[in-house]
Amino acid sequence: MNTSVSGLAGGALIGLSVALLMLLNGRIAGISGLVAGLGRSRGTRWLVDLAFVAGLIAGPPLFAYATGAWPEMHIIASLPVLALAGLLVGFGTRLGSGCTSGHGVAGLARLSTRSLAAVLVFLASGMLTVALLRVLA
Amino acid sequence: MNAAPRIVAALAAGLIFGLGLSLSGMLDPTRVRGFLDVTGAWDPSLAFVLGGAVGVAGAGYALARRLPHPAFDTDFELPTKRRIDRPLVAGAALFGIGWGLSGFCPGPAVAALSTGALPVAVFVAAMLVGMAAQHRFARYP
Repeated sequence: MNTSVSGLAGGALIGLSVALLMLLNGRIAGISGLVAGLGRSRGTRWLVDLAFVAGLIAGPPLFAYATGAWPEMHIIASLPVLALAGLLVGFGTRLGSGCTSGHGVAGLARLSTRSLAAVLVFLASGMLTVALLRVLA
Repeated sequence: MNAAPRIVAALAAGLIFGLGLSLSGMLDPTRVRGFLDVTGAWDPSLAFVLGGAVGVAGAGYALARRLPHPAFDTDFELPTKRRIDRPLVAGAALFGIGWGLSGFCPGPAVAALSTGALPVAVFVAAMLVGMAAQHRFARYP
């Protein structure tokens, strides 16, 4: 399948998930917030959020079972760089109240200007980082 | 209210999210890097992922606005902050640096844990530490 077509179809599934979580449970599907919340929430809310994260983790194996191939994944960064990047992503997404899903998909779908600002900043920052890596390489 | 429907709905939504990520190409850090590589070998195709996702989510949210409450809960839980403040901008900037360095954002990284790849586990473990550090030390919730 053409990457633009699979991208659009995969994106539509992501959008469907975000829509369903709001229509059924009244919740924003922001992955950084849901994952961070697992460390603090208790009781039913914890179970519900854990179920979402469990489903998310089960997605790629189900995809592999259905299509006969795991999704492509080529990791470029070294372990120390991945550790640094993970720290920045964890700290930054909590400080900024969201990531690609909460601000990028859910926030833009709600027409939130706050989310639009966050998306423009993390896209610009990500593009600048990759450009700098290219210069340094 | 009975929690079982909410748990099943969350599990299904998570599965659909994980399938969507798998199909979309977002699980591949090389593709994500290519999307961010505007001064080099730019691959804009991942913009279709965001377009498709925002389009379908937008339709769902438009429908939600016409409903008195979600199917399995009493209230829609929506963010109340409106202001574009310093924590938002600084947090998004830091997140972007980590995203550019690794090619991973939280959703794909958590979903990719199922591949059993060590680099993914290292990234997610560090991400959890970063989240805990923000909660512990920052002045902002």
